[in-house]
Amino acid sequence: MQIYLPIAEVSVNAFLLLGLGGIVGILSGMFGVGGGFLMTPLLFFIGIPPAVAVATEANQIVASSFSGVLAHLKRKTVDLKMGTVLLVGGLVGSGLGIIIFNYLKALGQVELLVQLCYVVFLGMIGTLMFFESLKAIRKAGKSGGTAPPTRRKHNWVHNLPFKMKFRVSGLYISVIPPLLVGVLVGILAAIMGVGGGFIMVPAMIYLLGMPTKVVVGTSLFQIIFVTAFTTMLHATTNYTVDVVLAVLLLVGGVIGAQIGTRIGVKMKAEQLRILLALMVLAVCGKLAFDLLVQPAELYSLGEGGHS
Amino acid sequence: MIRLLALFVLLALPAKAEEIVLGLSRDQVAITATFEGSDILVFGAIKREAPIPDKSELGVIVTVAGPDEPVLVRRKDKRLGIWVNTDEVEVDAAPSFYAVATNLPMRDALKDTEDLRYGITIPRVIRSVGARVGDSAEFTRALIRIRAAEELYQVLEGAVDLEKETLFRTAISLPANLTEGDYEAHIFLTRNGRVVDEYITTIPVRKVGLERWLYNLAHDNAFLYGLMSLTIAIAAGWGASAAFTLLRR
Repeated sequence: MQIYLPIAEVSVNAFLLLGLGGIVGILSGMFGVGGGFLMTPLLFFIGIPPAVAVATEANQIVASSFSGVLAHLKRKTVDLKMGTVLLVGGLVGSGLGIIIFNYLKALGQVELLVQLCYVVFLGMIGTLMFFESLKAIRKAGKSGGTAPPTRRKHNWVHNLPFKMKFRVSGLYISVIPPLLVGVLVGILAAIMGVGGGFIMVPAMIYLLGMPTKVVVGTSLFQIIFVTAFTTMLHATTNYTVDVVLAVLLLVGGVIGAQIGTRIGVKMKAEQLRILLALMVLAVCGKLAFDLLVQPAELYSLGEGGHS
Repeated sequence: MIRLLALFVLLALPAKAEEIVLGLSRDQVAITATFEGSDILVFGAIKREAPIPDKSELGVIVTVAGPDEPVLVRRKDKRLGIWVNTDEVEVDAAPSFYAVATNLPMRDALKDTEDLRYGITIPRVIRSVGARVGDSAEFTRALIRIRAAEELYQVLEGAVDLEKETLFRTAISLPANLTEGDYEAHIFLTRNGRVVDEYITTIPVRKVGLERWLYNLAHDNAFLYGLMSLTIAIAAGWGASAAFTLLRR
């Protein structure tokens, strides 16, 4: 069944969108990631204009993270104070990101920026995760159990001014690092159409030294507000949020996520991580390949009349 | 302007030897949520006061044009090992959709001078003046190539059926990725490649119903639309997971 998307102004198969939402939902349920970093490139591949894909994906992430946050709030695994600090940084970052996005859109370089961001960040995260889980699997093979990752109690992060107490995380650290992490994630959310959990979660564990059990809930808490803010900014400055597209992806996504969670429970953590790492690297490789190989069509069309 | 002048000249002529009488299968196109493209049947007859002139070939050219809009054409080049948009040319006005159908091969149906005057073939309807790069013709060709690949630009030589030099018909198919606006159907009658009569009619293409409402809201009341999108998304996300927990029990 073809459906005409009112904002994207293209006609796509509704079942294709439901299916895409479902597959990405399964993966995100399995691995506990938002899935924005997979969905946005997939939307590019099926012909949704990049600006619409990025804005609509931000809208979808709000929805898919919402039920997650509710669950975490119930379990009291959200550090609201830390989340608020990250959020303040995130809102600033999101505003900056939109400015960069719109400036480069006028220059005709926005696709390049989005693709480069994807290649750099997915490449970095994918490689790190791959080697780490490989190490974990080897260790598990030798000693029969996984040692919890050792946290450095004191690094340079603890020597900065403006210290603040975060009771839930049991931390007494400067507000500067979480603010900066928030800004970075906000910029990425606006430019890449992702929640940014894949950057924030490692940063919270390794840089801020937060306990693992509050990390996911707190990052989801921040993501909801930052992506909601990003959605509003895209909707009011670019008019690129397509609600029909978002709802279709969402319905598939929520159902997929439930199935994915069930599959995820049956698999070992290291295996899951290595699979996720490979998937991240595959998306990264595809995007890098597109940048490096001469495209079949050197020309592209954009909206005229601005310059 | 040229077209307008030509029209005045035609109107000023007291009696035309041959005249177009036109029919359209639909006088408007509605883009609904399940829009999959649409066919427009253009048909008509040629009215004459005198017998059919022989020794000259009758050409019927039907064009359907979407609204004109400026287009930015960008070209990629290799910089630091990756392919980046480097040059760009702004085409001042190009129709968002253009189909031209004829009964004869284009070169027999239309003389170049007439094409120049009326602007009928695709390269003639695209206006590009303020070009900043030397090879701007290359950019215009790229524009035509890309739009032709998306079936937005169509050249349909021989697609007009002409019967007994009097009745003609053709079908123009509009693809699903249409932009809104007033589409212009233009019919030219030619003898030996010279235009002897022309006929213009407008076909409005509009989003309707939900599509119309959402589009208007998104542009006129962006803040409200943004809030609505968020509310719908949150409600849908929460509702679906709540439904799932209920199902599991």
